[in-house]
Amino acid sequence: MTHLHRGRPILAAAASIVALGALTPLVYLALRSFEGGVGKASTLLFRRRTLDLALRTAALTSAVAIACLILGVLAAWVVTRTDLPGRRFFAVALCAPLAIPSYVSGYVWIAEFPSLAGFFGAALVLSMSCFPLVMLPVAAAFAAADPGRAEVSRTLGRGALRTALTVELRHVTPSAAAGVLLASLYTISDFGAVALMRYDAFTLGIYSAYRGGLDRTAASILGLVLVLMALVLTLAERRTRRGATARIGSGSPRPAEPVELRRWTLPALLMVSALLATAVAVPILGLVRWLVRSFRFTIDWVDVIDTTLATLRYSALAALAVVILALPVALYAARSTSPVARAAELSTYIAHGLPGITVGLAVVFIGIRLLPSIYQTATLLVLAYVVLFLPLAVGSTRAAIHASPVVLEDVSRTLGNTRTRTDIRVTLPIAVPGIAAGGALVFLTVAKELPATLLLRPRGVDTLATELWSTTQVFKYGEAAPYAFALIIVSAVPTFVLDRAIRRRGERSIRKENL
Amino acid sequence: MGRVHRLALLSISATVAVGLVACSSSPEESDSGAQSSEATAESVVVYSGRDEDLVDPLISRIGGNIEVDYSGNTNAQAAKILEEGDASPADVFYGQDAGALGALDEAGALAPLPQDILELVPEQYRGADGTWVATSARARVLAYNSDIVTASDLPTGIDGLLDPRWRGQIGYAPTNASFQAFVTALRVQRGEDGARQWLDGFLANEPVAFEGNGPLMTAVNDGQVATGLTNHYYWYPFKAENGDAAPIELHYFAPGDPGALVNVAGAGVLATSTNQEAAQDFVRELLSAESQAYFADETAEYPVIDGVTSSYDLPPLADLGASDIDLGQLASLEQTQALLTEVGMI
Repeated sequence: MTHLHRGRPILAAAASIVALGALTPLVYLALRSFEGGVGKASTLLFRRRTLDLALRTAALTSAVAIACLILGVLAAWVVTRTDLPGRRFFAVALCAPLAIPSYVSGYVWIAEFPSLAGFFGAALVLSMSCFPLVMLPVAAAFAAADPGRAEVSRTLGRGALRTALTVELRHVTPSAAAGVLLASLYTISDFGAVALMRYDAFTLGIYSAYRGGLDRTAASILGLVLVLMALVLTLAERRTRRGATARIGSGSPRPAEPVELRRWTLPALLMVSALLATAVAVPILGLVRWLVRSFRFTIDWVDVIDTTLATLRYSALAALAVVILALPVALYAARSTSPVARAAELSTYIAHGLPGITVGLAVVFIGIRLLPSIYQTATLLVLAYVVLFLPLAVGSTRAAIHASPVVLEDVSRTLGNTRTRTDIRVTLPIAVPGIAAGGALVFLTVAKELPATLLLRPRGVDTLATELWSTTQVFKYGEAAPYAFALIIVSAVPTFVLDRAIRRRGERSIRKENL
Repeated sequence: MGRVHRLALLSISATVAVGLVACSSSPEESDSGAQSSEATAESVVVYSGRDEDLVDPLISRIGGNIEVDYSGNTNAQAAKILEEGDASPADVFYGQDAGALGALDEAGALAPLPQDILELVPEQYRGADGTWVATSARARVLAYNSDIVTASDLPTGIDGLLDPRWRGQIGYAPTNASFQAFVTALRVQRGEDGARQWLDGFLANEPVAFEGNGPLMTAVNDGQVATGLTNHYYWYPFKAENGDAAPIELHYFAPGDPGALVNVAGAGVLATSTNQEAAQDFVRELLSAESQAYFADETAEYPVIDGVTSSYDLPPLADLGASDIDLGQLASLEQTQALLTEVGMI
């Protein structure tokens, strides 16, 4: 059932403003692409190399998307819907890869297994970095699912597995698709993994063009192609949402009984352990080797703590800003079928497919001209994070709102509440797990973000990522290791919040007094 | 109020609290657009394309009111200055190679330096228009793994690298500014066609491209590739980090070969700087005997003024270098870019 919210001018305006802000990098790219004339632009665009890069990027993205879909959904189901021993530990630990920058895990993998260089290595590192992007929203959806249907299915004689495959999977499809989209956009925009694995993808071409010279036209043209790819991916994800149903049934959500794994316990344990080993243990062991091998091993604890606090601050501020700004877009997209709503949501995804250096330079270009008073301050940096990472919150928030029963909103409206009041008192509380998941994703991604942070940070401020960069630039791997470890520890903060949000067992009843 | 609300509030307030606690605990950053001109009228803002670990001790030594921006490597910093345009907060650009300095000069971004600064260094270490000076020098080298190859097998010039025996065994960093300066030198010496010919031959030998000199050094040391084109001074800290047992060693090409290029790091004052005199003082400081000794002893680079020696066992600068290359000619970075793009290297 589609639910039209006609005439929500305030919501529409808020969503549109956020969307326009998210599109600013496009303005910059267009300016830079065509400043040398259309002839130069088309020469650069229709090079053999552009096609090569596009095909190689598409191949890598497909591989990572498929791997993340399978691993993410499986892991989410096992840690939220079964009686797996230690599932809470796994739920938290499996988020850690999000905090390990691809330039660190890539470095460790290539150092330990040089033969991985190329497509396979890049696909491996990116899949291990990205599967939590699928796992988190899917876990939230499993946790928020109404067990009623699954119970009906079981009563009708289907086994737990068949029920999971039919009823439950259908319920998490939108979340899974949203997660796969994020993983795909991460893949087309990531530089660290492809650079270290020496896989010649788009970002490598873009960085080469920027770093190799001062001609920003070539880099911008490639950026526009990436925008196109991001658009195609986002539209593809949208198609998967067709046929997704909103909950209209009566009855309040309550936690489902966990599936008993019985003889599947050991295989399931082996699976999540293997995943954990590949995604987290290998990079950590590699870092330990950095420490042990280094002849210049000193830890400046004060600096590590200062830097960690700065990282926490930026990540928290960015998470808060992104979550708040994502709300109108997500709400509008989930509850309206108007073209404006669709366009607004789509807009927030575009910049996410661009490498950080492109968005960073766009913010430099626009920021110093339009907002000189906040140039090179934390405020502008957080705004850049918003542009880069909006979809991380938009997707999971929209999916969560979408999965909450419309009937409750109808009741609330019938009882005389305004739309805004209904949003705040009814819709958003139900979507809290999704909103929290989005915020946590932003937090983790900001903590490890490097290129935009380098370009835009206030002078004299270091984050864990920039320290990691500057120490490894001069081979001080021993000195770099504590910052990398701190980054992994920092990731525990949002994952803890997330875990609480996902597992509010028996606390999800929506009380009548809220209506 | 339901538990749902409590949880929502709890998580949001926790996030805010973390944010506020972190905010209040970092006095080093004022968030008020602190670089507005009147607040920091006397501080010199340096945009450095060189590493923080390398530059910071130097800045402490020089003292005074200097703020350094480390937003990335030399080319990224130059790009940032150009994107900032007239409003750039930068007073000084301190970069890793002559190419980026020359390119900024050609874009009209640098102001002429006073004669007394220019005269501190030999003529070959100045920008053609007197808008920048070199502050230290470094040589291009071929790093090699001594467990795999012996020094006597290594070629005396870059043409020897086209020999099929080196197929898949040469590492290089095509986006690195120093590598590109070498390609510019190649173009200057042999013309576009000559340079293209060498690059095509080099690519036909399946060299292995690296993201930067760090991964390249590591790969040579681990034996992933037998050799790698890099700069001489990377080797010293690498040995310090990995111990003397590390098999990586350096090979210098014969003088006059494009592969024996001596490139420089250098500094210039921005034309848009509202603080020209203090900016010039900073450039002067980079050329003081103390600063030059720092380069020689800490970064294993060559000093550019007379009378400074290094604690490292560096081969004399006079014995190296493609002596017939004028650093001012390294400014044609854009053509180098175009050529590298054309042959498919970047």
